[in-house]
Amino acid sequence: MDRFRMIFQYFQSNSESVMNGICGLLALASVKMYTSFDFSCPCLPQYNMAYGLGIMFVPPIILFLCGLILNRQSLVMLEEWRRPPGHRKKDLAVIRYMCSSIMQRAMVAPVVWIIVTLLDGKCLICAFSGSMDPQKFVGFANVSTVQAQQLLAKVPCKDEELMRNTTSRKAVTRYLRCWSQALGWSILLILIIAAFLARWLRPCFNQATLLQARHWSNYIDIEQKIFEETCCEHSRLFAHKCILHFFESMRQELKLHSFSLPREGEGDEEGEDLLQGITDQDQVNKLLKTWYYEKPPLDVSQAHQRHPLVRERSPLPWADNTSTHSKFPQHTNV
Amino acid sequence: MDKFRMIFQFFQSNQESFMNGICGIMALASTQMYSAFDFNCPCLPHYNLAYGLGILLVPPFILFLLGFVLNNNISMLAEEWRRPQGQRGKDPAVLRYMFCSMAQRAMIAPAVWVSVTLLDGKCITCAFCTSVPVETLGNASHPHLSQGEIQRVLARIPCKEIYNGQQLIANEVAIRYLRCISQALGWCFVLLMTTLAFLVRSLRPCFSQAAFLKSRYWSHYIDIERKLFDETCAEHARSFAKVCIQQFFEGMSTDLVAARCHLPRKAPANAGEADEKLLGITDQGTMNMALKNWHRCKPPLHLHPPALPTGNGWAGEGQPPTHPSAPQKETAAYYSWV
Repeated sequence: MDRFRMIFQYFQSNSESVMNGICGLLALASVKMYTSFDFSCPCLPQYNMAYGLGIMFVPPIILFLCGLILNRQSLVMLEEWRRPPGHRKKDLAVIRYMCSSIMQRAMVAPVVWIIVTLLDGKCLICAFSGSMDPQKFVGFANVSTVQAQQLLAKVPCKDEELMRNTTSRKAVTRYLRCWSQALGWSILLILIIAAFLARWLRPCFNQATLLQARHWSNYIDIEQKIFEETCCEHSRLFAHKCILHFFESMRQELKLHSFSLPREGEGDEEGEDLLQGITDQDQVNKLLKTWYYEKPPLDVSQAHQRHPLVRERSPLPWADNTSTHSKFPQHTNV
Repeated sequence: MDKFRMIFQFFQSNQESFMNGICGIMALASTQMYSAFDFNCPCLPHYNLAYGLGILLVPPFILFLLGFVLNNNISMLAEEWRRPQGQRGKDPAVLRYMFCSMAQRAMIAPAVWVSVTLLDGKCITCAFCTSVPVETLGNASHPHLSQGEIQRVLARIPCKEIYNGQQLIANEVAIRYLRCISQALGWCFVLLMTTLAFLVRSLRPCFSQAAFLKSRYWSHYIDIERKLFDETCAEHARSFAKVCIQQFFEGMSTDLVAARCHLPRKAPANAGEADEKLLGITDQGTMNMALKNWHRCKPPLHLHPPALPTGNGWAGEGQPPTHPSAPQKETAAYYSWV
């Protein structure tokens, strides 16, 4: 009882924090990815925009998908959405709640990437240097349009011969970086205000529905985990019975064929139990060969029907008599 | 007992996370391998492509095979696939599930290698530097250079120290161009892999959830059954060895007592446990004889029934039970259809 209660409490309190932890890890991973990524603008007129905007928007999509994949609750939500109603009705409010909480968590890492990119500035400089108005900058005002385009495209590359140390290049870079950082901080401010308002104003609307939805979504999550645990436990017990039954049937076969008198009484009781009547090299070899060539059927119900006179022997080290017999009396033939 | 059960449960419920951990370690190892690898482009026309593509494609293949080798379940899959049907039918869905989950995990490290390689750019730069569009990026009108010469010059792009084609096409321009293409390919590859993973994971509950639950249960069952069987056999081997050795010592002591024509001294009723554990061997000579016999003449792998109280172990004064040429009557009827 105590154990179950402890497990319940653990799952209840920690499924949210596990998901938050994954969310935080992905956000950190996105910052790390950005800093370790070697950004090199192509500095060619047609390629700059594609490269810059690509680096700004493709990794967030990847991070979003990763956030959905790594979140266990998304699978639970999908299963709940697609299952046939059966005896249990589906509550759309619960599914909506789960969906929104999954989306919110998955959006954190992409937003972090976009903000870091904007605050750094390299992407926007690369993407929009070719769209600048050459007239605004002294160094580009006197050249032809095509050449101006070429020169502007080379602005992001500091080590480019033509552009090294010119004040116009620095001016364009500063201008674009200023815009980029302003955009980054604005987006950050807007998002934080939105998050603050959403969290603060939520209790004003539909608090009861929210509590219900949250409770039932937690319930579905826990139920899923416990079902998987129960299946594991069941398959362990099933395997245990199956193997015991196999050893027993081997022993019966050997007894049948060797015409030996059954030996009761004296002797090393525990040792004999563990040996299961298999006391010979050939017998062991036969047992192992039979295990490979003729695995026993997945049916342990006959263990109680075929050998009613088999006395209960002391359990093998990993078995516990009480649990073996009390938990799954019916689940013997899957 | 409780401890065993807890450990079993941990491994079973966390088998997935254990395998995911191995996956993650291999992915990190592949990143580390790449950064530790000293990439040296040959800068020769026909060798560049082979080297570049080789570094891009051969290590992922190795990592994929390694992913299978390191996965313990591969032998389980092979065994389940090849075993004769016997009394238990084979379910191809279970085999497919096991193979798919192993293949998915084995694909992660190669995908990481390919992504890191493409995002870094050195391989593609090395492999495709001879295909750079000189007309758009450089001076195609550079005089009197044959096609072969141009190829040779372009092949030296990755090696900045020996590059001599600055008039043909600037080194930085070419490298930036190639790296941009490589990084675009890299991000597209990562996007594709992530989308595939997302689709595989999210479409499954929509279509075949019941079949999936069944396959997952039975594949876990096969794994647990195998482990439990190995444990049972190990436990059996332990008991077998214990009884075998005990019978050896008993036979030894009885044999020696018979040879010295001493009456077997029945242990007094209040003998301590230590006396019993001595197994009747109580002096140096006997012990030495026992050790010698253990080496020279190991007992057969055949446990005879425990000696009856009348002590017929030494009545015959001959054949100690340890000699292999005296099978017991109960086991004479060996059947040969083993």
